[in-house]
Amino acid sequence: MNRSWSPFNISSVVLGFAFLYIPIIILIIYSFNASKLVTVWAGFSTQWYALAFQNTSLMNAAWVTIRVGLISATIATVLGTMAALALVRYNVFKGRFLFSGMIYAPLVMPEVITGLSLLLLFVSMGMDRGIVTVILAHITFSMCFVAVVVQSRLISFDRSLEEAALDLGATPARAFVQITLPIIAPSIFAGWMLAFTLSLDDLVIAQFNSGPGATTLPMKIFSQVRLGVTPEINAVCAILVAAVASGVIIASVLLKRQEVRRMRAEQLAAQA
Amino acid sequence: MKRVLQSIAARSTIWVPYFWLLLLFLAPFLMVVKLSVSEPAIAQPPYLPAMDFWDGPPGWWEDIRQFSISNYIFIMEDSLYWKSYLSSLRIAIIATSLTLLIGYPLAYGMARAPRAWRPTLLMLVILPFWTSFLIRVYAWIGILKKEGLLNQFLLWLGVIGEPLTILNTNIAVYIGIVYSYLPFMVLPLYANLEKQDVSLLEAANDLGCTNRQAFWKVTWPLSLPGVIAGCFLVFIPTVGEFVIPSLLGGSDTLMIGRTLYDEFFQNRDWPVSSAVAVILLLILIVPIMLFQRSEGRAKEREQ
Repeated sequence: MNRSWSPFNISSVVLGFAFLYIPIIILIIYSFNASKLVTVWAGFSTQWYALAFQNTSLMNAAWVTIRVGLISATIATVLGTMAALALVRYNVFKGRFLFSGMIYAPLVMPEVITGLSLLLLFVSMGMDRGIVTVILAHITFSMCFVAVVVQSRLISFDRSLEEAALDLGATPARAFVQITLPIIAPSIFAGWMLAFTLSLDDLVIAQFNSGPGATTLPMKIFSQVRLGVTPEINAVCAILVAAVASGVIIASVLLKRQEVRRMRAEQLAAQA
Repeated sequence: MKRVLQSIAARSTIWVPYFWLLLLFLAPFLMVVKLSVSEPAIAQPPYLPAMDFWDGPPGWWEDIRQFSISNYIFIMEDSLYWKSYLSSLRIAIIATSLTLLIGYPLAYGMARAPRAWRPTLLMLVILPFWTSFLIRVYAWIGILKKEGLLNQFLLWLGVIGEPLTILNTNIAVYIGIVYSYLPFMVLPLYANLEKQDVSLLEAANDLGCTNRQAFWKVTWPLSLPGVIAGCFLVFIPTVGEFVIPSLLGGSDTLMIGRTLYDEFFQNRDWPVSSAVAVILLLILIVPIMLFQRSEGRAKEREQ
């Protein structure tokens, strides 16, 4: 091992990233394959994309997934942010130990158990399984991820800023909306993104809690994949990968820009 | 009036998420425990006592008297289950070691990269984590199958005479796990290695260590907290993994997540699958507690 940017280090980084990225790149390349045989290259074609978009059951599943993702991520972000505030701001309240346990437990709980347990709840409450139960299930596990993300930002947040606003006569609600919220907004946004992709990605929990008419895209892909690899599924996967990757890249560029602007403002304030 | 509103706002910040988790996390979990001591039945829902939520305490008490541990005895006696548990643990241990073996040089290389590149490299490790887990596992099917790209490539190189069977074996499961969980290993390792003070290594050199000795005597021991964190982050979710063994594994790949899933969806034996879930959680509690303890200690050391 060498401590500089040596050939050994360069090659381990290059090989590592090749391992991480080549499978995805191959998947995307072969989604443009003209041949129906997934592994034989027969020229460039976009026919599988056209077929995927014409496949109504696939498109229905995509639409269900997007709706579930948007609704569950939004509610999970609200609940998760509240939970983070509760954990950071209120050190002593009855049942705090149980509360923080319930925030962390879902992060390490095997998905099969989360899925099974929620199903039992819905059955015993006499709820029919469908899109609502999937949304409820997704909110429950993703709010814990949001809570952890927002909590880490809140811990480093300088409360004297909020206190200054209160001293200057702002109501607590106004101080929260005008001071705290803008400062923790990037982490709330990151939490929302995380919740959305977790929901988009989830197969096991949806499998347990979904009912007829509420097949999500991962469920659809999973049942198709068990029958074999098809170029159509490759195309759908490539679209999903491209959508998520560009979303993440745009988001991180925006956050970075905001960060730079904030630092510049702080510098200006320090000079003045 | 204002004060009342404020305290309502403060309280609901705690109580709304609290009640949500009590109702949708804790209560369902207790139901799994309860169901694991119930009897299967041909009914809707398929178990006895039915334990209707709306029965109220007297009804619940009546149900509690019918509980039995027969499902646990059944699991102990049927070799399928304990073989699944053991095989899950074995696969998780081997896969975690492999992930460490691949993740360590990657994290080390990243930590030694020019400073300006590091944020980009870090983002490149995190990015696959955001893309669908299912799709990343699926991508390997086309590569590993008999007429897949890996076999074509190896045949073309002349390394092998006939295609290897990799898909639907445990090897494919290992590849899938290492691939999917590599970022979990690399991130804590990188965070640790990047912080390490290079002057310590220079001191070791001055005292007569070769680079290799300096690595094993300085860098490696200092990186152990990162190694431990990374190994737990890979090991814990791997034990209960379902997607990877069912897509890449063969019919003889026993993993408990998959056994539970089949028990539930194919045999429709809800009580036995609940008992399987309870035992799985009991097995996982030990590594989870160890992980929490080592994290707590790491935090103390930082302060």
